[in-house]
This record gives sequence, C-alpha cells and structure tokens, in this order.
Amino acid sequence: MSAPPAPRRSYREAGARRRLLAVLDPGSFRELVGPAERVQSPHLAALDLPAAFDDGVAVGRGTLQGRPVLAASQEGAFLGGAVGEVHGAKLTGLLRLAAREQPAGVVLLLDSGGVRLQEANAGLLAVSEILRALLAARAAGVPVVGLIGGGWGCFGGMGIVGRCCDGLAMSEEGRLGLSGPEVIETTCGVEELDTRDRALVWRLYGGKHRIVLGEADLLVEDDLAAFRAAAASLLTRRRVLTLERLCQAQEALEGRLADFGSCADPVDLWAAAGVVAPAELPLLEPEPFLAAVARARRPVP
Amino acid sequence: MNLDELLQGLFPSGHDVRVEGAIASGTGRLPGLEVAVLGAVGGAEVGVAEALRLAAGVLRVVRDHPGRPLLFPVDTRGQRMARREEMLGLNGALAHLAECVELARQRGHRTLGLVHGEAVSGGVLPLGFMADEVHAVPGARPAVMNLRAMARVTKIPLPRLEELSRASAVLTPGLESFVATGAIASVWQAPLDAALAAALARPGGPDRRMALGAARGGRTLAQRVAARVEEEGT
Repeated sequence: MSAPPAPRRSYREAGARRRLLAVLDPGSFRELVGPAERVQSPHLAALDLPAAFDDGVAVGRGTLQGRPVLAASQEGAFLGGAVGEVHGAKLTGLLRLAAREQPAGVVLLLDSGGVRLQEANAGLLAVSEILRALLAARAAGVPVVGLIGGGWGCFGGMGIVGRCCDGLAMSEEGRLGLSGPEVIETTCGVEELDTRDRALVWRLYGGKHRIVLGEADLLVEDDLAAFRAAAASLLTRRRVLTLERLCQAQEALEGRLADFGSCADPVDLWAAAGVVAPAELPLLEPEPFLAAVARARRPVP
Repeated sequence: MNLDELLQGLFPSGHDVRVEGAIASGTGRLPGLEVAVLGAVGGAEVGVAEALRLAAGVLRVVRDHPGRPLLFPVDTRGQRMARREEMLGLNGALAHLAECVELARQRGHRTLGLVHGEAVSGGVLPLGFMADEVHAVPGARPAVMNLRAMARVTKIPLPRLEELSRASAVLTPGLESFVATGAIASVWQAPLDAALAAALARPGGPDRRMALGAARGGRTLAQRVAARVEEEGT
C-alpha cells in the first residue's frame, strides 16, 4: 500500500522566495544582496512608483538534491517581474559568478513581462547583458535551466533568455513568447489578437503548445514539488554550443517554418504535426496530453 | 545613413554585400582582411524567417571561414508583432540566433554591431547587441519604444514622460542615451574604414557595457550591483 500523495501546493500562487525555498533543498537557500541591503531601483521614485528592496528578484545559492546550484526567482507581484537596471544586474552578476565558480547548474525561476518600460533603455541593455552572461556560463560548461509557471509567464526579452536555457519546464498555465497578447492587441489591433479570447491566448503561449513546438522540454503540474523534480531532472541535460548541434537546431527550426508556416491557428499546427484530435488537446490532463502528442512533438536539438 | 553609404565608407576597397528581403549579407574587404557582413536592414522587422536566415548566415561563416570577423549592421524597427510569429515560436528563433553568435565568439570570430538606422528591442537583442562591441554612426536611432507608446503602456501622461525623459538616459530614446548607458561604445566618424580596422584590432574580451555606463554616468548602479552579487557569492 502506498502513502497518500502529498497535497498539491500551487507554484503559480506562491511568491518568488517561497518558490525558491520549495525548489531548492530545504534550508539550503542563501540569498545574495538580499532585501536587507536595500539595493533598489533609483528610477521609480521620479515616476511616483514605489521601489522594492530587492527590485523584484531574489538571487542566491543553494543545493538541489545535494548538488550546489545558483538560483534566481523573479517576483511577478512587483511590476510584473519586469527587468530594470538593478533587477537585471543581479541576474547578470549571478550568471557571471556561475561561469567562474562552475556550480552543478543555474536554476532560473522566470516570471516576467520583459523589459521594465519605466527604465526602458537600462532594461533592454540589462536583458542583453543577461543573454551574454547566460550564454557565457553555458559555454563555460555550466547548465542553465528555466522554470515557467508564474502568473506573468516569460515574455519580451526574457522570452529569448528562457529559450537560451539548456532546458525548460513549464506548467500548462505558464506562458512563453516574445510579444505578449496585450502588446500585440495594442500595437496591431484586436483583429490580430483579441485578448478577451482567453482560449486563443492559452493555445498560443501556453505550456502545451510550447511542448508540441519543442520549445519546452517538460510539462509539469502547477505544484511546487513537481517543479522541484523538473529542475533536478533538467540539470542533467545540456544543449552544447557546438557547430554540429546548432546546425541541427537550424534544420529543425527551418523544418518547423516550412511545415507549419501556413497554419492559421495552433490547432491547425497540431493537426499538421500529426495530432489525431487536435481540438481536444487543451482539455487533456498532462498524462493523456503527453501520450496524444508523443509522436507529434518536435524537440529542438 | 543608408546602407550603401555605410558600406562605401566601411569598405572603400569594395564589397559584395547584397540585400534580399531586408537581410544584408556578403563580404567586405579591408587591406589584408575580409569581413563578413550580416544584418537586418532598411528598418526591417525581424520575424521567424528573418531570424533563421540570419542564423544560417552566422553558421555559414563559422563553418566555411573560421575566424573571419563578423560585422552586424543594424537598422531594424524590432520584432514582428503578430499572432503567427508567436505561434511559430519567434522567441525561440531569436534565441537560436543569439546562440549562433555566441558560438562564433567561442570559436574566435570577432563580432561587431554597428547601428546605422533604427535599433529596437527584439530586432537588436539577438544579433547586434550580442556582439563583442556595439558602435553607431551619426543619425542612428536606437530605442525601446517611442514615448507616446510608452505613455500608453505605463499609463504615465505623455507630457510628464517627456519632462522626465529630458533628465534621464535610462528613459529617453535615442543615440545620446544609448551612449550614456554604455549600450553603444562609440559613435564612429569618417573615415569609417579606419574606425572598423581599429575596432577589429582590439581583442574581444568580456562584456564591458556596465563599466562604460558607470564611467559615463548614464547607468550608475548596474556595475556595482553585479559586482556585489559576484563578491558576496565568492
């Protein structure tokens, strides 16, 4: 007789630090430049916006199943986890530390709308520095993994950062993309994307579509323990920065464009990929979903 | 500055750069050195198709011309915003492009970004801003978004934003701000071929943009905060 399963604790509803504490080994997290040091944005007061003592991101070290890791967690409750000067510099500093120190990995708990427009230039530059530091850490042999399951998803420049990880785990409710639905509706009009069509928004950006596309590696329940298990399992996979691997990725992405470029909706794309009953995918629980898409998935090498 | 003028200035000995569907690619000649040229130009939007053509271009240079320097001219109004692009995973295509540039760097290619027109967000992040150094020519217009759109998204009234942005390099669009924050290392004046040769003669080295922003006073905290994370962690 097996023990009853532990009750689910929502990853999505948890704050940034609670997520970190649950993903890392109990009691192992030690924050770097924590809120007591009050390192905050100098740019928000002029806009009459409150600052946060951590600028919306916690960074530090800990262990994951006994292995030393560096980790960061973005706080969606503060300006949508958006990247400003200080927020970005904390992430870049952590990734530079990783390249030097060679931990078993870096775990990024991503929850961000992208560049913080209130400090736009510094935010864009910060994302650019994160990208360079992340890829330098990977080139130095340190795997970087991303978890996406927060309320803000992973958008804008952080959507590029997320896909530069060695591995990504998403919940169905986690969202990943470049231009978010609100941005597209505001810029291109409601005919292009109607944000009130929630089902469409989930089809486009949600974890299930990202799994079929090959943009996400693992689909997990909205559960802290499930994300912890996913992070540990992703630490073992590498997407090495070699000419051979990147040529394979190029071929896979060109194949995606050729095969799906004329699809009008993700449902058409799922059908083109060979899913038998594509319209039913959004309704399926993770296990039957993964079975239904097993042969249709197009992992990017 | 338009692309033809730029290329004539950079390569007085000649070049074979062609533009097809907003992607410029080819080779420029400097005395004793060939330079691969690759970029989204003409104010182009970068979508999945453009990102993959650019990535293929980087991979081709890495495979066929080991060590050849890469110059990325930049004139892009940003990522293509569309439902179809998101459905096809534009963020992933841009990430792949950024990885290709990192591969080139790891294999000893010098990389330079050169902004001669617009340089907006998702159009410049995975290529131009991934380079070892980013420079510009006079008249370049780097930005995240214009103040009018920013006012709409942040719900800060436009007159207030205009007033605030006059005092802040982190908020104001434009070349001056991007130089002050360290995003752009320098603005090249004629003769451009000399500026290019001098940049290529320098070693690649680490990302120096935080130090530049601190020294120029346009972005004072980033350098200190990143260093503090590294120090506390050591």
